[in-house]
Amino acid sequence: MTKLRSFLKHEMVKFILFTILILFLPLAFKGGYLLNVFVFVGIHTLLAVALNLLLGYAGQISLGHAAFFGLGAYASGILTATHGQNPWLAMAVVAAAVGTLAFIIGFPILKLKGHYLAMATLGFGIIVYIAFNEAVELTGGPSGFSGIPNLSLGGFSFDTDFKNYYLIWGMTLVTILLSLNLVNSRIGRGLKAIHDSEVAARVMGVNVRFLKVQIFALSAVISSIAGSLYAHTMTFVSPTSFGFNFSVELVTMVIIGGLGSIYGSFLGAALLTFLPEILRAFQDYDIVVYGLLLIFMTLFMPGGLVRGIPALVGQIVSRAGAGSKADA
Amino acid sequence: MHIGQQIAQYLLSGLSTGAIYALIGVGFAIIHNATGIINFAQGEFVMLGGMFTVFFLTVLNLPLLVSVILAIAASTIAGVAFERLAIRPMKNASPISLVIITVGGSILIRGIAMLVWGKDTHALETFSGNEPIQLGEATILPQHLWIFAVTTVVIICSKLYFNYTISGKAMRACAYNSRAAGLVGIDVRRMVLFSFAISSAMGSMAGIIIAPLTMTSYDVGVMLGLKGFCAAIIGGMSSGLGTVFGGVILGILESLGAGIFSSGYKDAIAFIILLIILFIRPHGLFSKGDTERV
Repeated sequence: MTKLRSFLKHEMVKFILFTILILFLPLAFKGGYLLNVFVFVGIHTLLAVALNLLLGYAGQISLGHAAFFGLGAYASGILTATHGQNPWLAMAVVAAAVGTLAFIIGFPILKLKGHYLAMATLGFGIIVYIAFNEAVELTGGPSGFSGIPNLSLGGFSFDTDFKNYYLIWGMTLVTILLSLNLVNSRIGRGLKAIHDSEVAARVMGVNVRFLKVQIFALSAVISSIAGSLYAHTMTFVSPTSFGFNFSVELVTMVIIGGLGSIYGSFLGAALLTFLPEILRAFQDYDIVVYGLLLIFMTLFMPGGLVRGIPALVGQIVSRAGAGSKADA
Repeated sequence: MHIGQQIAQYLLSGLSTGAIYALIGVGFAIIHNATGIINFAQGEFVMLGGMFTVFFLTVLNLPLLVSVILAIAASTIAGVAFERLAIRPMKNASPISLVIITVGGSILIRGIAMLVWGKDTHALETFSGNEPIQLGEATILPQHLWIFAVTTVVIICSKLYFNYTISGKAMRACAYNSRAAGLVGIDVRRMVLFSFAISSAMGSMAGIIIAPLTMTSYDVGVMLGLKGFCAAIIGGMSSGLGTVFGGVILGILESLGAGIFSSGYKDAIAFIILLIILFIRPHGLFSKGDTERV
């Protein structure tokens, strides 16, 4: 019990430090271009945390998560811009609908394992992507859907990067806190058990099938909310943002940051959001770099940056220590 | 054109795209059976086949036959390199890591192809003219005949290889039980390398024969690879007739669906079929048992 309490305290300290960092970050670069990039880091962190719950904790891969993100974005856009609904209401309704959809398809999809699960989620993602392109009357087709209003509270409109930064990071921080709680709870332990061995988890009394579907639906709900936030921030959405490549990018974020690490998701999201900006000078090289990163990380740093960097530092320190001892 | 004629035309074009899907699907099946891996980069070898042929033909001005042979060789080398550099170092990896590494490989190959050949689509001349051949109610292009011929020859060759040669039999042994195969003295690692070589060669052939009909570009591999996987799944991951039927069923349904409903949703049809098959019969429509899958 005391162990658990000290563990939670430790987690809380980390979370508070992280929150302070996020809250004061905008002061460091006073608006402008970097702030805009950090707005996207926020949305991507939200998505990466959502996918990490599924991939990192429960060990179930999804190569179609961009679909949930896109469904959230398009449905929010259509409900608010075409039908004039309240954006907050729309966001909630859409998240509930996307969650229900994920829950329903979760039962047959999560029965599959490994490669088959990857292919099925990929297939789902592509079907949704094709629908975004083809349902022209609803979505505007390949040319996209514009005129989505910014979110507002009373008379206060979230119409600048500065305001959106705090809106999105507010949501992201709440999600991170809830996710930390979740993964350290009974459910989280159940998920880790599933990750290690489904049979053993079942023997220990975990309702494997139901738990997997639940976490899949939760992950979809968070992704859908991220989609709604994206739509209201950008005020424009187009299918290319929600294709197969973005699904893979999300998986890359989770892998690079570290499977089963919430803060790792932030690291991965930040790195992969900045990478294209840094590589802008070289334009198309980013796709090559993604591929190399995926291969190198899986081969040489399977724990992701979150575990890989400390391990690397430890190695160097111990080697240096050994070296200095030898000198002495 | 009356409806019967239309249907006949859809069936015929579905048949030829189905043959392509089958050829790609067999590549999936061979690697899957030898290693348990689904190679998400399979489609990229299809792309490489087409792109290398265009490169040898138009940039180096080599004759068609030489270009085709060189293109198959180059894609095979790429496949072997991929196995050596990315797959072999992954010992005892989880299925998720293997999915991720082959996805990474496919992105990398696609990216390199884009850097080398640009984003443009490239056309390839048909092998023997564009004069349509009347076939009952429908017409067919000479290139379609090439597709049928190549697919048939490749499938027959692979059947002969797996049933009548030592290395083919060894590979089947690996598919059945790789540990037991290792115990009787089969070099399992070499067989895995072989399986990558064979399947990348087959994939590139598919890419070469389809390029004159559909054009080729750095990103054609994604869709073609996934359709090939659908064919393999329908066929129950067999490298023989099952996958051929799978490909043909997929090609025809897709062609009919595109013709009757909407061509925009053509690609979605394949994936809806994939999902249905995965949900109700994940081991394929034609699977009997686990033995002799290769």
